Amino acid sequence: METILLLAHTEPDGTLAKPALEALTAALALGGELTIGLAGAETAPAANQVAACGAKRYLAVTGEPFAQARYSTDTAAAEALCRAAGASIVLAPSTSRWARALAGVACRLGGRIDTHATNFAKQNGAPAVTRWFYRQRMEAVLSRAQRPWMVLLDPGCFAPWSGPAGEANVEAVPLDAPPTRTEVTGVQAPKADEQTIRPDAKLLFVAGAGWTKKQADGAVHAAEAEGLIRGFLRASKASLGGSKSLVDLSGEGEAVLRFMTHLNQVGQTGSTPRHPKGLSTCCHGEEPHVVGWRFIHQRRAINLDANCGWARGKADVLYVADAFEVMRRVNELLAR
Amino acid sequence: MSTALQIVVCGSIVPDPLQTLEPVIGAGGPSLKNEMMLPAVLDPWAAHALYEAAHLAQKTPGSKVWLVSLGPKAKLQQVMMTVAQKAPFELVALDGPASGFTDSFETAAALAAAIEAIPGLDRARLLLFGGWESASRGAGSTMQMVGERLGITEQFQGVDQLTVREDGSFEILERIEGGRHQVSTCAAPPAVLGWATGHLPEPRNNPQVGMQNMRAVMPALQRAKAAAIGNSGLSFASVSLPKQQRETRIVKNMRAEEIAREIVAWIAEE
Repeated sequence: METILLLAHTEPDGTLAKPALEALTAALALGGELTIGLAGAETAPAANQVAACGAKRYLAVTGEPFAQARYSTDTAAAEALCRAAGASIVLAPSTSRWARALAGVACRLGGRIDTHATNFAKQNGAPAVTRWFYRQRMEAVLSRAQRPWMVLLDPGCFAPWSGPAGEANVEAVPLDAPPTRTEVTGVQAPKADEQTIRPDAKLLFVAGAGWTKKQADGAVHAAEAEGLIRGFLRASKASLGGSKSLVDLSGEGEAVLRFMTHLNQVGQTGSTPRHPKGLSTCCHGEEPHVVGWRFIHQRRAINLDANCGWARGKADVLYVADAFEVMRRVNELLAR
Repeated sequence: MSTALQIVVCGSIVPDPLQTLEPVIGAGGPSLKNEMMLPAVLDPWAAHALYEAAHLAQKTPGSKVWLVSLGPKAKLQQVMMTVAQKAPFELVALDGPASGFTDSFETAAALAAAIEAIPGLDRARLLLFGGWESASRGAGSTMQMVGERLGITEQFQGVDQLTVREDGSFEILERIEGGRHQVSTCAAPPAVLGWATGHLPEPRNNPQVGMQNMRAVMPALQRAKAAAIGNSGLSFASVSLPKQQRETRIVKNMRAEEIAREIVAWIAEE
């Protein structure tokens, strides 16, 4: 029987965020003896939040030095929790914080790590990870003999655990903060109304390079494209993705979509976001249609090319139309 | 800027993203069909790391860049013909697999050993660069393990910007959730930086830099030690391509107003 440690870092208010609760669901489904390990400035609210989940032990590294997302302190906290728990399997949500730190912890413990797991469940009686290789091109199921085996679970793959709060008996794991030369000084984010990346949005809007090409009148209408896209994002609260070709144009300083950065890029060298719906516009190519929306459930595309080989077979609906015209009408309807 | 830096970039090769990939499972585990025949490129995020390293070294007199690359020697040679024209560096080659199915733990051990063996490397001035993930394994775990093996505990991943200050400290922007960046300062090297895209465009080919690099690249490839990367303890139950093919409804000759109405109704559906 495997022993399982769920590692979670707490939020500024001391509670657990959704990805941690999703990982808890996965940990409980594995069926072994479960320990919950918490790290953060405050950990009691998080322990109490999941007090009814059935975990056998609650361990915590608590203190102000562990509030910040920083490699040296996060690895120290996670290592201490792993050693205290002595678990054979360590499961954690794939947050940017744990993704930065836990591979280093696996190295320190002589264990192994698998990241970007989309499933972690028993197959033929043994735990097995499902994950994608070659940027979402192929899917593999694998298992490991080494222990501890650390697994980072991608968000959105399991339903978040829910249950009544209670009072957990938390065992403190004493740890002095390690010396560090790094200080986290803040977060840079676009203003709320300029934010185009919205992980929790119901819709992903993918813009392709066609928006910056010459239109029927022989002219480029980049400013109009920018207005239409921004107007749609504001009205629909969709998240914005861009094809590589469009994002590269922006990076080269051309007068195109000024709000488009490499952070928006979807596909092979971009992200593969998870949203219930996706609408691609003026896109042609494998990356936006295949890799970029691998995890998009309902997909529609607007494209002037009825024979677009990438939209056909990958989208549910392909509208053969001028995206400028359609999105102008869509924005009018959304404004009513 | 006073302190000369020693920048080691870890980066391997991946199949050209435009190639169709098909997995095959053999006695030694999974691999790609006709893997040795596929055209290869320098891994995109590692390439960004190399360009950022070269840019930083150019701005910091006395600095030097090494590229440590693990891959099949013949494929490395092909890729270096192009990469060598992009930026000045000294190649440290390891002859071994560049497959996405190799384990990051053992890959990190081989890379760390190669870095430790670089003559005259000053760890106090070391910045260890690489891509934050590869386009093959995509694990985002190798650089941290290389750093751990070299005793470097100042690490940053998903880096889009590095600004070195006059006093030798530096500011780092790392990608975090929701399209935001975490801003940190690090007082001094050594540090590990796993690069995302950064801000620099791909440099134009410079034949002069290429010729200068290739004088050292060929001997480095000849010296490349074999790195046996076993996948001990790792077993693959299956590797498969997604079969999902959708029945696409092609809508032609519908007026823009009607399409817009349909899209708005679809967006509103729960």
